[in-house]
Amino acid sequence: MSEKHLSSQFDSDLNNISSKLMEMGGLVETQIQHAVQALAQFSVPLAEEVIQTEDRVDMMEVAIDHALTAIVARRQPAARDLRLLLAISKITTNLERAGDEADKIARMVKSIVEGGYARKMPIGDLRLASDLATTLIRRVLDAFARLDVAEAVSIFKEDDLIDQEFKGFTRKLITYMMEDPRTISDSLDLLFLAKAIERIGDHAKNIAEFIIYIVKGTDVRHSSLTQVESAIHIQ
Amino acid sequence: MTSLQSNAVLAETDAADASAFPVKLSIQDLCFYYGKFQALKHISLDIPANRVTAFIGPSGCGKSTLLRTFNRMYALYPEQRAEGRILLDGEDLLDARQDVALIRARVGMVFQKPTPFPMSIFDNIAFGVKLFEDLSRIDMEERVEWALKKAALWEEVKDKLQQNGASLSGGQQQRLCIARCIAIRPEILLLDEPCSALDPISTARIEELIAEFKTDYTVIIVTHNMQQAARCSDHTAYMYLGDLIEFGETEQMFFKPRRRETEDYITGRFG
Repeated sequence: MSEKHLSSQFDSDLNNISSKLMEMGGLVETQIQHAVQALAQFSVPLAEEVIQTEDRVDMMEVAIDHALTAIVARRQPAARDLRLLLAISKITTNLERAGDEADKIARMVKSIVEGGYARKMPIGDLRLASDLATTLIRRVLDAFARLDVAEAVSIFKEDDLIDQEFKGFTRKLITYMMEDPRTISDSLDLLFLAKAIERIGDHAKNIAEFIIYIVKGTDVRHSSLTQVESAIHIQ
Repeated sequence: MTSLQSNAVLAETDAADASAFPVKLSIQDLCFYYGKFQALKHISLDIPANRVTAFIGPSGCGKSTLLRTFNRMYALYPEQRAEGRILLDGEDLLDARQDVALIRARVGMVFQKPTPFPMSIFDNIAFGVKLFEDLSRIDMEERVEWALKKAALWEEVKDKLQQNGASLSGGQQQRLCIARCIAIRPEILLLDEPCSALDPISTARIEELIAEFKTDYTVIIVTHNMQQAARCSDHTAYMYLGDLIEFGETEQMFFKPRRRETEDYITGRFG
């Protein structure tokens, strides 16, 4: 069976849009890496870089949506082509939002540094979750490039680890705040950062769901891991 | 995989789709020959009643041939023959004892090119009706008006019913042919690429009619236009080289077909 369309222009349109998505993904991945690094080092220049990248990510989202509209209007795609294009549209939104979270982290870092209370923050507790989130975004982009369902399922599982980290961290912050109300302000900042990291993991998981959708044609959103595994197995 | 094996696999997948609707036309192990050439290979499928079923596939795949077996149109040519069974509400249409004229009254057909008779618009409709029914003048006028209204042509021709049918535009002529077909109140409507000679507006009108017709008739359409099949039909069958490759609900066929061959065809990877 042929992988190519009779129309080489259609192939080229699909390849171009996939490449654009990967480019946007690369940009967001860097944004997240820098945001996490800026947080670990309380580096304002790195945070500034993340904030500046945000506009480029937004513009790429608009450009990809425009290209998608053109392909749908001109080609009336069906079956796996249609699923790919619908998924790219959703993945773009998730990447843009993951970028927004990186931007939030960067702005928070700036505000913490400028407020002069950076050294007091127990940032180390966020390291594991932030490393996991960065890795997940990188892995999910690789999985998209290869349309790798097994890897998508494994990302689905690992997002649970970030969620567990977030819950554990929240409990710890509550304890701090109860023990010493003077930590409430700092703790709320930390909670905000932790939430942003947790959301990045969620976006990686959403993207993994769309990879399953492209390949298997099954919508696994809002499903448990067991449901996802059995849906894939049935195919 | 031989065609018999592939049909066995398909029979399994068909069951889930067809079982939800009563069967109007049951095609069983149908083979068709143009002389020595076998154009249809052991086709088996159940066409549901009061639904629109579309046949798609590349040129020469046998979809029009299959359509022509449903009203025994092929019987006009002595070198063509069909084997197997085509059950219309349980009656085998291929049984030699069947009255072909009655079959064609029950199974009407509209062709690719509009084929108005060289007579008035009124007579185009009345001609077929007269063959099967003896209506009074008033009843005939009512029937002609009913058929033209059903085919969404009445408003355009009500003041010129005595004009020649050929004076109408292509789209109007095709609706006239549809009106002529439904005037004899068939149970099944066969449409063989009914819009391929029409402009987009006329095509849209015919597609509207197809959607309305399924409340009264079982509609079977052959089309080269895959978007038309996707828009108009409830079930779609994909054929290739005389084999039925896949038959299922249209939404499923165009979004997540079961067979790779179907997917390659509808996504334009075929070739």
